[in-house]
Amino acid sequence: MRFLPQTDADRQVMLAKIGVPSIDALYGDVPKEKLLAQPIAGLTNHLPEMEVERVIGGMARKNLGTSEAPSFLGAGAYRHHIPAAVDHLIQRGEFLTSYTPYQPEVAQGTLQYLFEFQTQVALVTAMDVANASMYDGATATTEAVAMANRVTRRKKAVLSGGLHPHYRDVVVTHGHHTGFETVVAPLDAKGKEDLVAQLGPDVSCVVVQNPSFFGHLSDFTRLAEAVHAAGALLIVAVTEIVSLGLVTPPGEMGADIVVAEGQSLGNPLGFGGPYVGLFAAREKYLRQMPGRLAGQTVDVDGRRGWVLTLSTREQHIRREKATSNICTNSGLCALAFTMHLTLLGEAGLAKLAALNHAKASRLADRLAALPGVKLLNDTFFNEFTLALPKPAVPVVEALAKKRILGGVPVFRLHPAPEAENLLLVAATELNSDDDMAALESGLKEVLA
Amino acid sequence: MSGIRFSKEHEWVKLEGDVATVGISPYAQEQLGDVVFVDLPAIGKKVEKGKELAVVESVKAASEVYAPVGGEVVEVNAALGDAPGTVNEDALGKGWFAKLRIASKAELDELMDEAAYKAYCDGLH
Amino acid sequence: MSAPANVNVNTDTISGNRGLMIEEPLIFEMDVKGRSGVDLPDVPQHKERLGSLKRKGAIGLPGLAEPQVVRHYTKLSQKNYAIDMSVYPLGSCTMKHNPRLNEKMARLQGIADLHPMQPVSTVQGALELIDTLAHWLKTLTGMPAVAMSPAAGAHGELCGMLAIRAAHLAKGDARKRILVPESAHGTNPATAASIGYEVDPVPADERGRVDLAAFKAKLGPDVAGTMITNPNTCGLFENDIVDIADAIHGVGGYFYCDGANFNAIVGRVRPGDLGVDAMHINLHKTFSTPHGGGGPGSGPVVLSAALAPYAPLPYVTHGANGFDLVEHDDGPDGPKGSFGRLKGFHGQMGMFTRALSYMLSHGADGLRQVSGDAVLNANYLLACLRDELTAAFPGTCMHEALFNDDFLEGTGVTTLDFAKAMIDEGYHPMTMYFPLVVHGALLMEPTETESKIGLDRYIGVVKGLAKRAKMGDAEYFRGAPYHTPRRRLDETLAARQPILRWKPEETKQAAE
Repeated sequence: MRFLPQTDADRQVMLAKIGVPSIDALYGDVPKEKLLAQPIAGLTNHLPEMEVERVIGGMARKNLGTSEAPSFLGAGAYRHHIPAAVDHLIQRGEFLTSYTPYQPEVAQGTLQYLFEFQTQVALVTAMDVANASMYDGATATTEAVAMANRVTRRKKAVLSGGLHPHYRDVVVTHGHHTGFETVVAPLDAKGKEDLVAQLGPDVSCVVVQNPSFFGHLSDFTRLAEAVHAAGALLIVAVTEIVSLGLVTPPGEMGADIVVAEGQSLGNPLGFGGPYVGLFAAREKYLRQMPGRLAGQTVDVDGRRGWVLTLSTREQHIRREKATSNICTNSGLCALAFTMHLTLLGEAGLAKLAALNHAKASRLADRLAALPGVKLLNDTFFNEFTLALPKPAVPVVEALAKKRILGGVPVFRLHPAPEAENLLLVAATELNSDDDMAALESGLKEVLA
Repeated sequence: MSGIRFSKEHEWVKLEGDVATVGISPYAQEQLGDVVFVDLPAIGKKVEKGKELAVVESVKAASEVYAPVGGEVVEVNAALGDAPGTVNEDALGKGWFAKLRIASKAELDELMDEAAYKAYCDGLH
Repeated sequence: MSAPANVNVNTDTISGNRGLMIEEPLIFEMDVKGRSGVDLPDVPQHKERLGSLKRKGAIGLPGLAEPQVVRHYTKLSQKNYAIDMSVYPLGSCTMKHNPRLNEKMARLQGIADLHPMQPVSTVQGALELIDTLAHWLKTLTGMPAVAMSPAAGAHGELCGMLAIRAAHLAKGDARKRILVPESAHGTNPATAASIGYEVDPVPADERGRVDLAAFKAKLGPDVAGTMITNPNTCGLFENDIVDIADAIHGVGGYFYCDGANFNAIVGRVRPGDLGVDAMHINLHKTFSTPHGGGGPGSGPVVLSAALAPYAPLPYVTHGANGFDLVEHDDGPDGPKGSFGRLKGFHGQMGMFTRALSYMLSHGADGLRQVSGDAVLNANYLLACLRDELTAAFPGTCMHEALFNDDFLEGTGVTTLDFAKAMIDEGYHPMTMYFPLVVHGALLMEPTETESKIGLDRYIGVVKGLAKRAKMGDAEYFRGAPYHTPRRRLDETLAARQPILRWKPEETKQAAE
């Protein structure tokens, strides 16, 4: 067994030192009738590497990967090109196989990249401070709502109809079970909602998304003013972080907390996870933030260094009074994110964003020209909503049979009649003109 | 330092008129280590004896500070915001937390005087 | 014999570097405007559709070319300790070897490049993989159901506790209290409190186990359940576990087991046989997915028949047409009862793949050897160190050996100082000051992937340090570590004047 270095001879010597006859004897505290004498039935025994590769490879080959077919899927997870250096560097054992940096003298590498990551997140969102990451965008959103509830001492969150349905559902689930109220605005496929009327003295926060789930871009400056006048916080979610290379950041529109899905930078689609939640806020709310924070300090010799700081907010110290129960975050995904963004730099991110927008804009022109297809967006970044002349779920299935991954039906995430014909279509730098032509002709045939 | 009283939770209180100044004892600050943050109550907050008045944090611990007497918060030591270390340097003086307009002087009688508190702390080792 | 050449020689370097310990600035301090480490094609002609939302100012991100980036992260990596180097004996954290096959499998085309919202007809293999992993988890734990979506251990705790809460509510019986041992991980009380439960602490007895009498005395009709780690955080098996389960069930409560230490019993004891109703499994502990400097984790939760109906969305099913993914039901108030959704999409697929790769590699027979060797290694440490250090409890242990700081009494050396001295010896310290129920705790978990030779070397160092402490060399310990990229860091300064991001000098000056 290749991962187990002890030999039987070693085991005998060690058992003698311990003073017990067998390994089984070390399980003396387990009630006898509960201790299994044999390997558990119904599972295979150990396999060589080549066999494991055969089994898992066999499963992988039953799927249609996005790199094998023209793919236009978004809805909160985007296929981008990851520079080769990123995946190589995150697999350095000193990153991959280290623990949370609780011993800062032997974890300066992790702490420094987290400090750089926090700075990058604060910069792209135009916020004051950011934490060292959360599980994903959806959980970051519900943590933001909980934080707004603490800050305002109120218990009612207003959720935009343009918020990703999974993010919405996670917040609603959390609210249902932890005792805060959620007001969910109707689905906003056209990007026309106005949430000001929902404000009131009991509202802790308003949660909006930019670009919205349907792709619309909105200026939230006026909403932010109204939210603040009502004593509440504005939370802005961003599911496509690349958009901030081209789009006005939430921090410039008055957001108090910005949460985002960071998958687009450095992290593969991976069937939905692990991803990396970004969390940024105004400095005045710092002590109410959840999650780990890396901070700058000096060592006994006066040299600059980094530590985890403000830990008294966290569960391992505060226990039942912690700001969140989060412990493990998305360290390695945050590393991939920060590496990709470091490689891009200011110029690279701007160009990547422009390229995404250009591809999507060109694709929208082509698809909107198809008979019966209506583009619902005046504005968008790299994803837009089409109203089809028939239900989107079977259309997408029919496209898949042609080996085209043609978009995400809104109905899949929000099974309501008004969503039935809506299709989200995304384009990124990886979509070629040939891909677009394939989708255009495929969709035309399927709709005919 | 006559007139100072201590609670078993290591808060101290000094009364002038009907206003009580509250802080944590030198023993408490020593147990905590370097104080890095004090979460002070809002002015006007009414707090009962024995209920949470403030939270004091060191690098590795956070402790509730309980009101040794009940009352209404009339002033807080805002200077601790920039200089939380004052709690370590001068716990019984400049490191005070809050001033309460108290409801009942009788509550003070339940607290220990300096000698009794010293004996109490010695007994904790 | 001549004296060593370096006596009284100033060894300071011009650069501040010390051989392989190379100083590294922040990326923001290496910025050259306009430079990038990525080449992208030209932006084609298009109609701009940004409305009024086109970004106006610069972001402030630094520009580096690829060679600078590769060196930057390589140098940063060299300032980290890792399991790939040596023993990483962090108790309760299970730092075991991370097989590289896992990484290869997670990167396969057809797994890494799957979008979570593809039609299910195009991801049958992915659903099969999740279903296969679920089968292993259910079989190994002897439990009928598993919720796959939780993103980490603490998230799994939330999942299990929400299932318990939903089960009580379905009976119209909202309960208030959760019993949690004082030795529990901080996440347990934090989780219970976050969903509105009152946390009632249960003391440990002198054997380091839950005090059964105290536990029973706290039971009542308002107790929703208990959260117990087994094997517990003292590295001991709760030998009253069946009585505890019976007692909590006797008042209509549920038994949440924190499965952080499942690695000690996998293949030998099934939690389902012990009366557990819900238990999370840290795939990054027991099943070798990498810790990655603090995540990502993955925390599937196995559920008893009583709690299974309340499992979160989504979940995989299979029928005549292959696998399917159930993503919706009637909501938490609806008749079908799922308590709702915990995260975006379906779960940590990348971690599922790695964990399955590990399970298939070991198989049912190998996993049994895994737990056996983990327990053997911990007991070997305990047996070899108990003369020089002081064991917290008598008898053998499970997968981790717990010591208190009695052996340091009167030396002027604290557990922290002792840990820092280990760093200079080339070892990551053990877990310190946890569990809270043991004074100055030193918790060592070697895991099954350490060899006897490696353990003997480690034992020699720990014994040597204990001897050194007892000889009165406190000054040495208080100054340690000496040979690290940075020595002890000022955590008080970091917390009093938080600097949580880099700022350009001019901004800093303007603010002053």
